[in-house]
Amino acid sequence: MSSSVIDLKRVYRSFKSGRDIVPVLQDINISVNRLEFLCLVGESGCGKTTTGKIICGLLPPSAGIVEFEGADIASLRGEDYRRFRRSVQIIHQDPYASLNPTQTVSEMLSYPLVRHKLAPRGRGVLQRVHELLELVDLTPVGDFVNKYPHQLSGGQRQRVSIARALTTEPSVIVADEAVSMVDVSIRIGILQMMMDLRDRLDVTIVFITHDLALAKYFAWDGRIGVMYLGRLVEIGRTQEIIRDPQHPYTRVLLSAIPEPDPEKTRSKQHIQLRSEDIPRLTELPPGCSFHPRCPWYMAEVCDQEVPELSVSFQSGSDVEVACIPLQRGTELVLHDA
Amino acid sequence: MSPMLPPDVVLKVDNLSVVYRTDRGDVKATANVSFELRNGEAMALIGESGSGKTTISLALIRKLPRNAVIKSGRILYQRNQKVQDVLELNSRQLREFRWNECAMVFQGAQNAFNPVLKIRRQFEDTAQSHGWTDKSAVRKRALSLLQLVRLDPERVYDAYPHELSGGMKQRTLLALGVLLSPQIVILDEPTTALDILTQRAIIDVLNDMQRQLNFSIIFISHDLSLAAEMADHVATVYAGEIVELGGVNDIFYRSLHPYTQGLLTSVPTLEHTQDMLQSIPGSPPNLITPPNGCKFHPRCGFADDVCMEDSPPLTADIGGHLAACWHKDRLIESRKTRV
Repeated sequence: MSSSVIDLKRVYRSFKSGRDIVPVLQDINISVNRLEFLCLVGESGCGKTTTGKIICGLLPPSAGIVEFEGADIASLRGEDYRRFRRSVQIIHQDPYASLNPTQTVSEMLSYPLVRHKLAPRGRGVLQRVHELLELVDLTPVGDFVNKYPHQLSGGQRQRVSIARALTTEPSVIVADEAVSMVDVSIRIGILQMMMDLRDRLDVTIVFITHDLALAKYFAWDGRIGVMYLGRLVEIGRTQEIIRDPQHPYTRVLLSAIPEPDPEKTRSKQHIQLRSEDIPRLTELPPGCSFHPRCPWYMAEVCDQEVPELSVSFQSGSDVEVACIPLQRGTELVLHDA
Repeated sequence: MSPMLPPDVVLKVDNLSVVYRTDRGDVKATANVSFELRNGEAMALIGESGSGKTTISLALIRKLPRNAVIKSGRILYQRNQKVQDVLELNSRQLREFRWNECAMVFQGAQNAFNPVLKIRRQFEDTAQSHGWTDKSAVRKRALSLLQLVRLDPERVYDAYPHELSGGMKQRTLLALGVLLSPQIVILDEPTTALDILTQRAIIDVLNDMQRQLNFSIIFISHDLSLAAEMADHVATVYAGEIVELGGVNDIFYRSLHPYTQGLLTSVPTLEHTQDMLQSIPGSPPNLITPPNGCKFHPRCGFADDVCMEDSPPLTADIGGHLAACWHKDRLIESRKTRV
């Protein structure tokens, strides 16, 4: 068996919107390795949430194959399919919307245990609920079991949401912007707890975020995949991407982010885009979809051919980029405007 | 006799306290807040959700919800050496104060435009309701402002809001905000919910605008990076109080309050190779029954008996850097040992 748990192979996904067909994902190839921290980053509308939902089986792809432990999930039936759904769980972004307001914490956590017969009814279920709350640091447990969501703070709700994802003992968790609605001062605590879960429970975590600094912190020993307008444009080891981004879009993004350090942030060089308008998904430009904004755009190359992900010519690393000039070994030099 | 202010101070908030009356009791959203805003400066109010930073800004333009009561305080505003207390303005004066003197750009600005009116109409209406009826002059001013925010002026002026992207709407709104040349612009979470590259464009545009039009900015944000980038002065707001106030470098490099310090060590950066990050334990207090003494004490590593009983005053060091903490010395010591 390969070391990957989830494989997306040439995955496409589009949605109908009125008469238009919106291509939200195009040609996504990702392997999620066992026990790795993988971060998908990108701006709104880049398809990162859709990718997360496809990984969990909550959305079928329009084309392409999703494999779980080497088996195409579209072919799974009966117990095999149930095992896949138990094994891959999602944590949603908004803890104010994702918890049922009419259920207590205990009810929320018991239901999947009973439904999937994961703990003996009665005492067994209750005991498991206690264990789960301890895992997410909601202690003393007695203070939380019988609470309704409205009695909890945002951070506590998100911890309940994580405990709920853990009920089915998953091997993969997709965390979709799991801390972006949580107060800044307690974000890191929740992230660190999630990172600990990997070692304690052998879970692989796919973390979806728009915040590159957060991605860097979470996936320091893992990988980052950068998405733009439905395509993966760069993927590789976090430390390499942060230190030496290859794809023009990643370079621009990293240069644009303000830092919580007055001197550094004010002296930072910002790469100027050729255009600030983000193309609509229904009117994607030909060729590389970043070319109308790309400061390194090469006429008659970038606007003709859609680049595929492959190892960059010059970086000497295994970071993969989707950029034709880079793949041809062209050095990207900024021209003064 | 009307109160006096130093000539370069445009706004002075003095001991402002606001409560919200609710069924569960009074929410003490803002308590004893004081600060000064100077001509042409940018001040950041930094805090988490529910810290009372939006309440402060709404009080400045007297737009608080109906259940809010201003318990105490003065909001002094100065233009051409004339000082007025915003809290004492009658409704006609208030109408002139808003937008002419002090404009506010709200959070989620994308929804601030009337969707069935062209941008042009929304500029004209704003001008007209403040007594400016010469449409061609309005147009001229509007086009130059749209140019300043780096938009295609002719196209945007004749567009409907839905024809503009989120970032374009935000920039159009900034232009509309300064249409009547206010001295103060209040920005509530100006970049939240915008994409990184759009955020960058907004920051750059704001810097340009401030340089050219020379207004003062108060911006409210939970984003420390934004404050680091744009602010001259930073105030940290916790549980309705300003707990620290100082120049941007004082706050980021020589913080004197454990809460500010805690915020700074809980945000990852891109610069450092591997961050040593730590959350602040616990969560922000309930403002109906806030803790006694220093409101931060239940979450603070320095807290002792004094902190539980007495609320520390906001006191200044030699450089005018204000902080409300009983244990500044220990805080400075601990910073030395860490570095």
